[in-house]
Amino acid sequence: MRHALRMLGYGWALNFKILSRSAFDGFLGVLWPLFFATIAFLMFRTGANPSALLYTSLGASVMGVWSSTSVAASSAIQRERWQGTLELLAASPTHFSLILMPITLAMSTIGIYSMTATLLWGRLAFGISLHIRHPVLFALAVPVTIVSIGMVGFLLSVTVVRYRTAWALGNALEYPVWLVCGFLVPLSLFPEWVRPISWALAPTWGIRAIREAALGGSALPDLLVCAAIGLGYAVAGMLLVDTVLRSARSRASLSLT
Amino acid sequence: MTYGLRVFFVGGLTSYRALFNWLSPWILVPSFLVAPLFQILLFTYVGRAAGLESDEFYVIGNAIQYAAIPCLFAMGNTIGGERWQQTLPLILGSPAPRIPLFVGRALPVVVNGFVVAAFALVVGSVIIGVRVPLGAVAPIALATAVSALSCTGLGLVNAAFGLRVREVAVLSNVIFGVLLIFCGVNVAVADLPGWMQPISNGLPLTHGIGAARRLADGAAFSGVAGLLGVELAIGAVYMALGYGLLRFFETMSRRHATLERA
Repeated sequence: MRHALRMLGYGWALNFKILSRSAFDGFLGVLWPLFFATIAFLMFRTGANPSALLYTSLGASVMGVWSSTSVAASSAIQRERWQGTLELLAASPTHFSLILMPITLAMSTIGIYSMTATLLWGRLAFGISLHIRHPVLFALAVPVTIVSIGMVGFLLSVTVVRYRTAWALGNALEYPVWLVCGFLVPLSLFPEWVRPISWALAPTWGIRAIREAALGGSALPDLLVCAAIGLGYAVAGMLLVDTVLRSARSRASLSLT
Repeated sequence: MTYGLRVFFVGGLTSYRALFNWLSPWILVPSFLVAPLFQILLFTYVGRAAGLESDEFYVIGNAIQYAAIPCLFAMGNTIGGERWQQTLPLILGSPAPRIPLFVGRALPVVVNGFVVAAFALVVGSVIIGVRVPLGAVAPIALATAVSALSCTGLGLVNAAFGLRVREVAVLSNVIFGVLLIFCGVNVAVADLPGWMQPISNGLPLTHGIGAARRLADGAAFSGVAGLLGVELAIGAVYMALGYGLLRFFETMSRRHATLERA
């Protein structure tokens, strides 16, 4: 257990530093969600519902966490493949999940820059002030949401292991998750059939917990559901890693060359 | 003359085909077909929640704006990709005339941008349930093509910076975001803050999107010809600027030996 936690901790810190050096993951990771947040702020300020600005600001802040995870996580394994380190990592005695999980966790954690920038941008450019009703719950909801999004990334990275250009899939998944998880739009606006999809996604509960904690409400149930679904993704990803690695070894297809 | 035309058409097509990554269906389908539809859905629902404009406004705006993805990225990659493949010095060392060499690379990109926008427009309209008068279909298609052409001019400027900067993909994303905010895609130009409006009017897509919206609302083609003319003129200015920057950065890269900076 101590070994696993050590691996997760060191892996997370190392990958966080690597990502912080990248213009694509660092600079663009902050700027990209700001474009969308700005449009949403402009739309709500101009439209008939300017009171929804704070609701939008909180949702927009989490958009960046997903953006920094979706593209990067879907191409996490491919990146190791290009660097020629995938075989070494797969052959190491450490379970591959403990190598991959800190990578995707670092990707979602880097989204904290974007989250902070979006809230600050809303405050400075649009005058959206954030008064947090339940600071303790808010302080809990943010990391739990980030970790659960990291787990979505982990499951995604394992699922697309055989897809050479998985970054394109990750790119295409950016908008659907923003939409279906209710980052900018209340779920009640969607058709009934969309709601079960939203409920199965941890970010839906994460953003609900953040909003409840900030605006006043019962954030704890949403927080627990978010954590539970995130844990479910982690377990599913770990089981899938074994299957995928076994298959890649038996077919000698790890390098996809 | 024949030589120049060959460089323009054959060279342009070959360069585009060399972007083999883009031609893979594994990238084309999610990037060019799925993503624009979800951008339309996202902003249509945000628009409904904000109580701002009609669904048609968002479908047309976002579909045409999505032409910017191929127009910016494919143009950027025609230069950035040559550098990665280490063929850039060979191309710039060749005696080929520069106008057909660079502008010829833009032609397949214009077609690509048009196809992406047209697909998003048609399928997005079907999904959201937007109806456009039958008589407006051809003029809207023309407005879409003009917008793609104009945006490719900006793509050429982006490609020129590919001779100077490493992160062309980052620059393309930033320009895409600027176009999304400033071009009246989701908030009408008239509703944008005053300081933004002159910038909007100087960017490609703004007038093309405006023309397509008016056509969908039943305006006659003669009523939007002026807007399309302005859109074409803006595209031509960016195309000339892009060409000028390409020549400038080419000269600078020779002088400072930075052609293979990667």
